[in-house]
Amino acid sequence: MEMINAGDTAWVLASSALVMLMTPGLAFFYGGMVRRKNVLGILMQCFIILCAVSLQWVLFGYSLSFAPGNPLVGGLQWLGLSGVGQAPNPDYAATIPHLAFMIFQAMFAVITPALIIGAFAERVKFSAFLIFTLLWATFVYDPLCHMVWGVGGWLRSLGALDFAGGTVVHINAGVAGLVATLVIGKRRGYENTPTPLHNLPFVVLGAALLWFGWFGFNAGSALGAGALAAQAFVTTHIAAAAAGLSWALLEWNVNGRPTIFGTVTGVVAGLVAITPAAGFVAVPSAIIIGILVSVFCFYAVSVVKPKLGYDDSLDAFGVHGIGGIWGALATGLFATKSVNAAGADGFFYGNPQQFVNQFIAVGVTVVFTAVVTFVILKVVDALVGLRVKEEDEEIGLDLTQHQEVAYTVLE
Amino acid sequence: MKLVIAMIQPHKLPDVKKALFDAGIHKMTVTNVVGCGQQKGYSETYRGVVHNVNLLKKVRLEIGVNEEFVKPTIQAIIKGAKTGKIGDGKIFVMELARCIRVRTEEEGNDAIG
Repeated sequence: MEMINAGDTAWVLASSALVMLMTPGLAFFYGGMVRRKNVLGILMQCFIILCAVSLQWVLFGYSLSFAPGNPLVGGLQWLGLSGVGQAPNPDYAATIPHLAFMIFQAMFAVITPALIIGAFAERVKFSAFLIFTLLWATFVYDPLCHMVWGVGGWLRSLGALDFAGGTVVHINAGVAGLVATLVIGKRRGYENTPTPLHNLPFVVLGAALLWFGWFGFNAGSALGAGALAAQAFVTTHIAAAAAGLSWALLEWNVNGRPTIFGTVTGVVAGLVAITPAAGFVAVPSAIIIGILVSVFCFYAVSVVKPKLGYDDSLDAFGVHGIGGIWGALATGLFATKSVNAAGADGFFYGNPQQFVNQFIAVGVTVVFTAVVTFVILKVVDALVGLRVKEEDEEIGLDLTQHQEVAYTVLE
Repeated sequence: MKLVIAMIQPHKLPDVKKALFDAGIHKMTVTNVVGCGQQKGYSETYRGVVHNVNLLKKVRLEIGVNEEFVKPTIQAIIKGAKTGKIGDGKIFVMELARCIRVRTEEEGNDAIG
């Protein structure tokens, strides 16, 4: 036990708490965007994921993700956290208790399926959502996590860089969301009536909590309280700032007015994009990554989505999928060993191969996630049916799925 | 002149609005209300305690119209709001004594249209 470093452990535990807060933050970010009759459904789905996936994680998810196994999935040695104790595991983090690493990773496993719900908001049965989430965590998140981060994982051995989860978390959730919205279909009346967001201040509150929690997400991924954590902390903050400003200016230019909704969307897109790069790039590169992600995501949600006509209700794919893909590729462009000797040089630092590696990692993630998510959705649809009844969708998920309402008309 | 007041299901408002617009009726006032009718209500559950809610959320439309628009207005509301189930709502039509447009101080038929 003498190998445990107090500072590192303190930072990783604090970071775990920061990342935990991101899921309720996301609940408000998404909850504000839906109509008032569905807000509790969103909050409920996020909180149930926090409960259910945490249990899944300690019972078998962590073992499937990180235990020694084959290149595609981890083994079953660590079922129920057997052998995962207070002593460090040097394969992952030599200076903190193995339990600290495990619970830090648990928060990532929780937020990833929570990101997906934005794509199918306002129309899915709660029972179907719950079964989907558990199957998805087990058959998509855990294997992909192993491939990218697990010892012996295929993409890790390939040399693809993913500092804090651009592929595992964001591309993964974004693509799963896109597949889900295509399988489930649009909300009723999506073409004819706009669905105005019911509480924009909630969206801003949620974005603020996400920004705050993201310091744990990225800087915590250094798995120690040292120079690399500081580097990731700063690149994370700066990319978010650049992206928020960039989105606002873009809107001002294109639509005539900068909006708070656009600004906070840009901030989240910037946080997504810097996630795989945070510990591998210099600060000026973070600014470029941030500025450009807003351009790509703005185009995706305001031009491509309406043109193709899919109903990614809260832009899970438009922000997390597109932003994540850009971030993963940008890591291959801007990474430099002068920032992180354990990383690699990217395209702009004389190593075009790194860009190819990143491209392969993105491609594998997209294909793997799309195929398995599609199968899971079909299975759940056959078991319980994915969508709520037409009338229930009209009345709202709060009342029909949970027998509660968020707001009263009279006291 | 008549004042048409309709109580409808909140989730039918987009349909009713569309039916009214299609019939050339563009002026209306809409409020959120709660009320009791023939519908039984529903249950909400808070921390395991079941509450029976019998004052249900409804939407109230008020539309002031000239005589020739009374029938189209009623038909449009029915077209948009009718599902055939209890709770679809009611339409009240009453005499409208006067109508004054504030901006121009016009009165009567001119003011309403």
